[in-house]
Amino acid sequence: MTTKVQTNTDTVAHLRALEDQSVYILREAYKHFDDLCMLWSMGKDSTALLWLARKAFFGHVPFPLVHIDTSYKIPAMIEYRDRVAKEWGLNLLIGQNKDALADGMNYTRGRVVCCTALKTNALKQFLAEHSFTGVIMGIRADEEGTRAKERYFSPRDKGGEWDFRDQPPEFWDQYKTSFPKGTHIRIHPLLDWREIDIWEYIRLENIPMIDLYFDRGDGTRYRSLGCAPCTLSIKSTARTIDEVIEELKVTTVAERSGRAQDEGRGMELLRKDGYM
Amino acid sequence: MVVATATEHLSIAIVGHVDHGKSTLLGRLYADTGSLPDGKLEKVQAICRQQGKEFEYAFLFDAFLEEQEQGITIDTARTFFSWQNRRYIIIDAPGHKEFLKNMVSGAARADAAILVIDAAEGVQEQSKRHGYLLSLLGIRQIAVVVNKMDLVDYREDVYRKVEAEYRAFLASINVTPERFVPASARMGENITEPSQRMPWFSGPTILDTLALFRMDAAPDQAPLRFPLQDVFKFDARRILAGRIAAGTLTVGDRLVFSPSNKTARVRSIEAFNVDPLPLQAVAGQSIGVTLDEQIFVERGEIASHEATLPLVGRTFRGNVFWMGKRPLTTEGEYVLRLSTGEAPCRVTTVHRIIDATELGYVDPKGVVNRNEVAELTIQTRYPIAFDPYSSLATTGRFVLVDEYDVAGGGIITEAVSDEFADLREEARRRDLSWVQGDVGSELRADHYGHRAALVVISGGVPSHQAALARRLESVLVGDGRHAYLLDPENLRQGLDADMLSGDRQESIRRFGEVARLLLDTGQIVICPMRGLLDEDYHAVQTLVHPVPMLVVQVGQTGSEPSSEADIHVSGSDPIEESCGKIMEEMRSRSLLAYALNEKRRFRYANYSI
Repeated sequence: MTTKVQTNTDTVAHLRALEDQSVYILREAYKHFDDLCMLWSMGKDSTALLWLARKAFFGHVPFPLVHIDTSYKIPAMIEYRDRVAKEWGLNLLIGQNKDALADGMNYTRGRVVCCTALKTNALKQFLAEHSFTGVIMGIRADEEGTRAKERYFSPRDKGGEWDFRDQPPEFWDQYKTSFPKGTHIRIHPLLDWREIDIWEYIRLENIPMIDLYFDRGDGTRYRSLGCAPCTLSIKSTARTIDEVIEELKVTTVAERSGRAQDEGRGMELLRKDGYM
Repeated sequence: MVVATATEHLSIAIVGHVDHGKSTLLGRLYADTGSLPDGKLEKVQAICRQQGKEFEYAFLFDAFLEEQEQGITIDTARTFFSWQNRRYIIIDAPGHKEFLKNMVSGAARADAAILVIDAAEGVQEQSKRHGYLLSLLGIRQIAVVVNKMDLVDYREDVYRKVEAEYRAFLASINVTPERFVPASARMGENITEPSQRMPWFSGPTILDTLALFRMDAAPDQAPLRFPLQDVFKFDARRILAGRIAAGTLTVGDRLVFSPSNKTARVRSIEAFNVDPLPLQAVAGQSIGVTLDEQIFVERGEIASHEATLPLVGRTFRGNVFWMGKRPLTTEGEYVLRLSTGEAPCRVTTVHRIIDATELGYVDPKGVVNRNEVAELTIQTRYPIAFDPYSSLATTGRFVLVDEYDVAGGGIITEAVSDEFADLREEARRRDLSWVQGDVGSELRADHYGHRAALVVISGGVPSHQAALARRLESVLVGDGRHAYLLDPENLRQGLDADMLSGDRQESIRRFGEVARLLLDTGQIVICPMRGLLDEDYHAVQTLVHPVPMLVVQVGQTGSEPSSEADIHVSGSDPIEESCGKIMEEMRSRSLLAYALNEKRRFRYANYSI
C-alpha cells in the first residue's frame, strides 16, 4: 500500500529556484562555448542534470554527452545509458583510456592510481582529442570538501589542472567565459543542489532513474554509483523514490561513504590533478 | 506517511578579518547541533593525530591540505545545515586580504551575513573592508559576532568597546547592523546555548541569530526587466530565452527591447515537461518566450514594458571594487558586463578612491589598485540599457572584465548625460511609434542572405575613397546582395537645400535618418564620408542603432579619426583586395550569409551508438 507523496509547496519553490539557476548556467555555457559537451555517468546527479538541459533547451540537448567508460561500470548502467540515449535522441560519445586498459589497469594497483588512469586521464585524452573547451559536469558542493569550494565556471590550465588557490571571482551571475587557448572551463550547474534536492526533483519531474538506487529484494541499494569494485551498496530497504527521500531525511551517513577513492586525501589529490 | 514540514532556504555568509575565528565558529555550530555526517569529526581528528597537531573545529571545513597547514581558509566553502524547519547554506568566506575575490564570490550569493570580530584584536582592516563590500554587494542583513570572548575573560566592557567602534564605522557607510552578539566559538560559549560565562548578555545565541534573519521578499512589484540571454531555434519555435531580473511578464504583454527599441507582444511562455504552459513568469525565473512578430533582437537587450523603460546611454558614474591582478587605469580597455549585455568600455575619470580602512579619500592619480574601492565615470563604446542601482539592483550593477578575467564589480550611482542624449531620445520616440509592415527585418535577412548594415568609408584620397565605395557596391550586388551607395553629397542639393550651410549637427542628423530609412529596407548601405569627427560617428550610430555600423579607414591621413575604425585598408592596396577585406570582416561579424542562429556546428541526429 503506497500513498503518492505530494512535494510540499515550499519544497517545490526551492526546487524551482535551483532549477532556474541551473538552467541559466546551462544557457550561459551554450551561448559562450562552441565546443561544449556534458559528462554523463548515468548516476542520479548527471541524469538530473541531463533533464535540466532538456528544460533549458525546450526538450533538446544541443551538445554531445560524454561517458568516460572505465570498463568496470555495473553492466545495468550501460543498458540504461543506451536505452535513455535512444529515447531522448542524445548524441552520445564514449571516452576510454584504451592504453591503460590494455595494460591491465585496475583498482588493485591503488585506487587513486586507477582513478587517475581510467577517469582523469581518460577525460583529458578525450577532451584533447575532440578539442572541447567547455565541459559540463554534475558535481555538487555537499558531496565532498573540495567540491564545496568550486565555482560554477571553473577554469583548468593546459595540463587540465585545477589551481584552487587562484579561482576567478564569481558574483551577480557573471561567470568566467573567456580564457586563453589551450585551457578549458568546467561548468558545474548543480553546485547548489544537495543530495535530497536531487531526489525530490527526480520525484517532482518524474525523471526515469536506474533501479540500482533502490532495494530490489536483498535489503541493499546503491547510494552513489561508480565502478563495481570500488562502490559499495548500503543496507537499505528503500524500494521507491519516496522511500529513498524518507531515508535521506534521517540518515547521518555521508553520501560518498561507499566510494573508496575518497579515503584520506584521495579526492583533493585527484581533483587538483583534473578529476571530476 | 509523513509529509515534510514547511521549509525555508536561506544563504548566510560568514565574513571578517583573517584569524578572527570564522571557520571555527562554523565548525562549532555544526558539531554542537549534531549536523556533521557520521564519522566526519572522527576522520578529521584522526588526520590531526596523524600529523601530530591539535584538533581545531576550523579543520572541518578547510578541505585543502594547504588550508589546514596554514590555518587559514583560502576559498569559500559552501555547507548545508538544517535547523528548525529552515535550511541554511552557510558560506565560509576567507578573511585574508589575498583572497578578497573569494570572499566576494561567497558573500555575493548570501541573503544575510555574519561578520566576525576578534574581541582581543578588535576591529581590523578586513573587518572594515568586508563591511563595506557587504553593503556594495547589496547585503542588507548583517549581524556582528564579537568572537574569542574567552581571551578577554568574557568582559562586558571589552565587548561594548568593540561594538561601539564597529557600529560607528558601519554608520559612516550607512549600514545598520541587525545586532551584535558576543561568543567564544572555541569554547562553545553562546553558540547553541546562552553562555553562563556572560550573564550580562541577554540577547540571542549564534543559532538564534541565524533564525532571526529574514527572507527577502521577491521584488515582483518592480518594473519588468527581462534581459535576453539567447535566441533558440531548435524546432519550429523561435524562443527568446532569459532570466527575469525584476518584475512580472505576462502572455500578451507588449515588450520594448532596449537599447534597440524593437517591440512585439508575448505570444507564449514556452517550457519543457510543463502542461499547461504558464501564462505568467516572475523575477528569478529562467524562461523562454515566443513573440507575435519576428523581430531581430540580440543577447544583451533588456525587455520591459513601455511605461517603465530602463535608461539607455553610454556614460554613467559608479562605485567599483577592483580585484584585478593589474591596476585599473584610465588608459586600459575593459569589457563591461551588465546582466547579459556586454560592451567595450573605458574609465574616463577616477573621481576618488575610498580607503577601506580609514574611509578617507585618497588622491586617485587615475589608478585604482587591487582591493581598492573607487568612484568612477565609465563610458561604453556603444549604448547599453541599465538602471541606477538605487532603483533596481539587478540591472544597476555590472562587472568589468580585464582580458580574460572578471576583475571588478560595481554599482551605477547615476547616468551621465552626453551630447547624444537628444538623438537617442529622438530615435527611441521614432522607433516606438514606427509603423511596420508585415515583413520584418528577420524575414528580409532570411531572403537576402544578409542583415542590413551601414559601411562608412572614411579617409584616404577622395578619388580613391569614392572608387572603393563604388567598387564595394558593385561587388556586393554582383554577389546577389542588396547594396546601395549613399553619398552625403546627394543630400546636400536636395533634402538639405533649405539649410544654412555650416549647420553640421543638423546635416548629420538628417543623414542618419535617411540612412536609417534605407537600412530598414534591409540593404547594406555604403557611404563615403569625408572630414568626419568622432562625435559625428557616434551621432550616426545613435540614429541607426541597432543596425551595425562598420567604419573602414583608408590609409593614414592624420586628420581623420582612426580610433573608431573597425577595418584599416591602405590607400596603396589594390581596390579589389580592400573590397575582399571588408567582405571578410562582414562575414566574420555574421552580417553576410544566413546569420541568424548559424553559429552551431553541432548536428542533432548524430547517434554514435
